[in-house]
Amino acid sequence: MAKTTVYQKVAYYPGCALEGTGHAYNRSTKEVGKALGLELDEVKNWNCCGAMEVKNIDPKIQTYLSSRVMSIAANEMGHDVVMAPCNGCYHNLKKAEYDLEKDEESKQVVDRISKKAGHKTYEAGQVETIHALDWIKGAIGEDGLRERVKNSLNGLKIANYYGCMYTRPRHIFPEKDQGPGSESTSQPHFMDDLLEAAGAENVDFPLKTACCGGAHTLSDSDTSTLLVLNILRAAEASGAEVIATECPTCHSGLEMHQVRAEKKYGYESNVKILYFTQLLGMALGVKPKQVGVHENVSDSMSLLKEKGIA
Amino acid sequence: MTSIADIGAELDTPRADLPAGEQAARLLELGEGVLEHWARARELEPTDEEREGFRLLALHRQGAKGEPSFNACRETCRELAYHYNLVCSDAAHPEVAKRLEMMRLVAMHLYLFVSGKMQVDQLGEFCCASKPLRLAAQT
Repeated sequence: MAKTTVYQKVAYYPGCALEGTGHAYNRSTKEVGKALGLELDEVKNWNCCGAMEVKNIDPKIQTYLSSRVMSIAANEMGHDVVMAPCNGCYHNLKKAEYDLEKDEESKQVVDRISKKAGHKTYEAGQVETIHALDWIKGAIGEDGLRERVKNSLNGLKIANYYGCMYTRPRHIFPEKDQGPGSESTSQPHFMDDLLEAAGAENVDFPLKTACCGGAHTLSDSDTSTLLVLNILRAAEASGAEVIATECPTCHSGLEMHQVRAEKKYGYESNVKILYFTQLLGMALGVKPKQVGVHENVSDSMSLLKEKGIA
Repeated sequence: MTSIADIGAELDTPRADLPAGEQAARLLELGEGVLEHWARARELEPTDEEREGFRLLALHRQGAKGEPSFNACRETCRELAYHYNLVCSDAAHPEVAKRLEMMRLVAMHLYLFVSGKMQVDQLGEFCCASKPLRLAAQT
């Protein structure tokens, strides 16, 4: 059986953000898994994927850090699939996989550090790294989801925002752009597909993969605020009531800069920001509190009540 | 060449008085202007070539050469080209005003992304000409 049909039990790599600002994403991902009967086996003693900080200083160290997560999942836990809901982690594990397959120097560096650290060196191909979107799409699919919906998102207009790391750079995602059924790097649609199956109405949103300024949110807050403000305006102009996210950095950025945009530029936006797992969780009958809606900065409760979702 | 700040200011002021096709053409031109600034800041002569019928897409390709992170605005450029086609294919469509507004927001995103990137990369805070000035001051 192909791996894409057996995501029933996967190694779960939440990453640092999901233990902090993205806590609601972590709990809603677990709740969705529970509601769908899917098992998440958290990677033991996981470490940072190398994120932006390490990658900018020494990309090979980032490759090692990501490889260690995959090595533990494969060699100590016996998994062949690692699921990372964070776009940054997902991207970095994919990049490490690519580097270890193509670059001899990366292989040597990773081997040297792995030996020093006292664990088996990860070898390219031992695991398949997937995103939370691949996980639900592969394990349950739209039809399976439709059958399980208890609380339809009917009437909720959603702009699906994927951010820039989920599909870029294309060469590290060889499984994408493979025709029908696969994800597209130019027009991603997995989140659209799943939320539509849960009853939502997706709007045409031209900035679904545009930059949110997440990497510069502290070093150049004004640019980040203006980028987010533009995303909010475009979502509202598209008729969206909610922006669905699948990345903790994008999500935090949208929420924080929505507040900042109001304070600094006097622009009050009404669009609500929710993780796609929160929306799916509620559609599957999980209570808003269990999926962490109260942890969001963006207060969506009145809208969810008005729509009969909460 | 329109300064990058003037491009931002023009994008902030929709020209609803112009016919839809002209508005779309101007927005596309402003998008090209943004990418011309990026090319010049990297000491390249902005290309006059076209890709898939759009100079904008050729300029993006030129700007991304040797700078893979610039691909973060690839889809924004493609959306701009798409909206141009959408408006021009049916300028009398009942939703043309909405389409133009969306095109303006897409162009604005390109402007914000590229001008922000130029600042972060210290390629010019006010216009692309500042890099040679700064380099001259350093020597």
